[in-house]
Amino acid sequence: MERVLMKGNEAIAEAAIMAGCRHFFGYPITPQTEVAAYMSKRLPKLGGVYLQAESEVASINMVLGASAAGVRAMTSSSSPGISLMSEGISYMAGCDLPAVIVNIQRGGPGLGGIQPSQADYFQATRSVGHGDFHVIALSPNCVQEMSDLTQSAFDLADIYRCPVMILGDGILGQMMEPVELRRIPERELPAKDWITSGTAGKRGHNIVNSLILKPEALEQSNFDRFDRYKLIEESEALCEEYMTDDADIVLAAYGAASRISKNAVLAARARGIKAGLLRPLTLWPFPKKNFAAAAAYAQAFISVEMSMGQMIEDVKLATECKKPVALCARTGGMVHSPDEILAKIISVNGGNYN
Amino acid sequence: MTVFERPKALSDVATHYCPGCTHGIIHRLIAEALDELDLTGRTVGIAPVGCAVMAYDYFECDMIQAAHGRAPAVATGVKRAIPENIVFTYQGDGDLAAIGAAETLHAAARGEKITIIFVNNAIYGMTGGQMAPTSLPGQITQTSPYGRDVESAGYPIKVCELLATMNGTFYAERVSVNTVKNVRAAKNAVKKAFDYQNQGKGLSIVEIISTCPTNWGLSPQKSLDWLAQNMIPYYPLGVYRDRGAE
Repeated sequence: MERVLMKGNEAIAEAAIMAGCRHFFGYPITPQTEVAAYMSKRLPKLGGVYLQAESEVASINMVLGASAAGVRAMTSSSSPGISLMSEGISYMAGCDLPAVIVNIQRGGPGLGGIQPSQADYFQATRSVGHGDFHVIALSPNCVQEMSDLTQSAFDLADIYRCPVMILGDGILGQMMEPVELRRIPERELPAKDWITSGTAGKRGHNIVNSLILKPEALEQSNFDRFDRYKLIEESEALCEEYMTDDADIVLAAYGAASRISKNAVLAARARGIKAGLLRPLTLWPFPKKNFAAAAAYAQAFISVEMSMGQMIEDVKLATECKKPVALCARTGGMVHSPDEILAKIISVNGGNYN
Repeated sequence: MTVFERPKALSDVATHYCPGCTHGIIHRLIAEALDELDLTGRTVGIAPVGCAVMAYDYFECDMIQAAHGRAPAVATGVKRAIPENIVFTYQGDGDLAAIGAAETLHAAARGEKITIIFVNNAIYGMTGGQMAPTSLPGQITQTSPYGRDVESAGYPIKVCELLATMNGTFYAERVSVNTVKNVRAAKNAVKKAFDYQNQGKGLSIVEIISTCPTNWGLSPQKSLDWLAQNMIPYYPLGVYRDRGAE
């Protein structure tokens, strides 16, 4: 199939359209604005809706309304904007509403900067908002995966009735690569018998709601949601294994950091150090099985992150701290060079885990 | 012969509202309008955070419970997804004029084809009687125990006057439900608001000056008197925008 040269942000937008999304609500913020710009150009010609909201607070609630009405809806933003959306994402989780939310991360905290970052890992994988809940967090590392995983995100959202986040970063969003705009096969989807789009006088009224005042009932609803989360953890975790078969030193990296890590793995092997890479494509659920298996053969792990040691906690949990886990961190919009990751590999190979 | 019965759009359940509260009357007016315009089957209502948070249990149409102040944004999402349907929000003064002021103004600025039922009783009811963005100058509440001091707490917001300045607002009327005459006028306004939406017109809002006997610390009858003597002079009843009649 023909490949076209596209920005990551544009590939996300076109993939959403391929997946049947015709409703986009957003607010401008660097470095994700191309998603909105692309949607504003394409959606009106497809009979869809592009709407620029007054804030991220409003845009996520518009997504909530459109989702409740039964359509595939999405929004995109970058770190500070996602913080503003956290209320709405929590409500969507509580209401069991599907939606796709894109976070093209930039440096923080606060207004931070506009250069690429992975500092929203905790936010995406622990809880994007208040209350007991998760969102599925997908991590592409190339423009092709921006397209493929965005389509998967819509299916996952519909199947599990939960918000799904694409966690990218400024590099992935802004860089151009050849991409095959292929429609990935749609999964079997459950009927949406819960939507609020009018009873047409044919059924009792549906209610989309997250208020449950009786604690016994609220606890049970959380139990039920976590049963679904368990199913997601068992069946949806994805991880790329790169040269891990005989690896002594296993790197853990996702997104842009994983691309640089691959170069470092090759450089280490050229020096006779058996390095490998585990690359989670799902950050929640974290691919625990891959890491648990690696803990049996690897001598040590290195979490390579554009953040101050966030994913490293999941690496330690998944490996049950059976082997040392070192941190190779850049932050604030700074990006690792392959050489500094290689230096870390050499250091760890020499028994220095600090 | 039956001369008075429950509107079909109103669910046959007991409500949680306090005795003497005007929410019950307002719910009934909405339900009557939905019945008379035959809209219930294609209507989606949005409940706020506030005393009416559980309004989703009281109407027979599909309902969504929104975050505090976000009802106009949720309504926008619903309406843009299913534009042939009727969408209304039901919001109190704190929800609409404080935390949701941006969502309200921008829904009006865009001329969203939704109907807002705005219940203004000049106090936060659900949380136990705090100062609202519409509390009157000098009004004593739990958080303005010496009376609302406009020097530090600012002035009450006149929502209909504000929205009337926006071209996206198709219809804005302030009514009350403190007398039989006013209830009848309120009914006409609510029905007109839904009718305009059904015709595909822009945003319609009906502000309903209401009581809160519990948190005002007055009997239902004295609350109605206080409303007439204090609220209506500050919030004059009437049509503030009606582009259908211009």
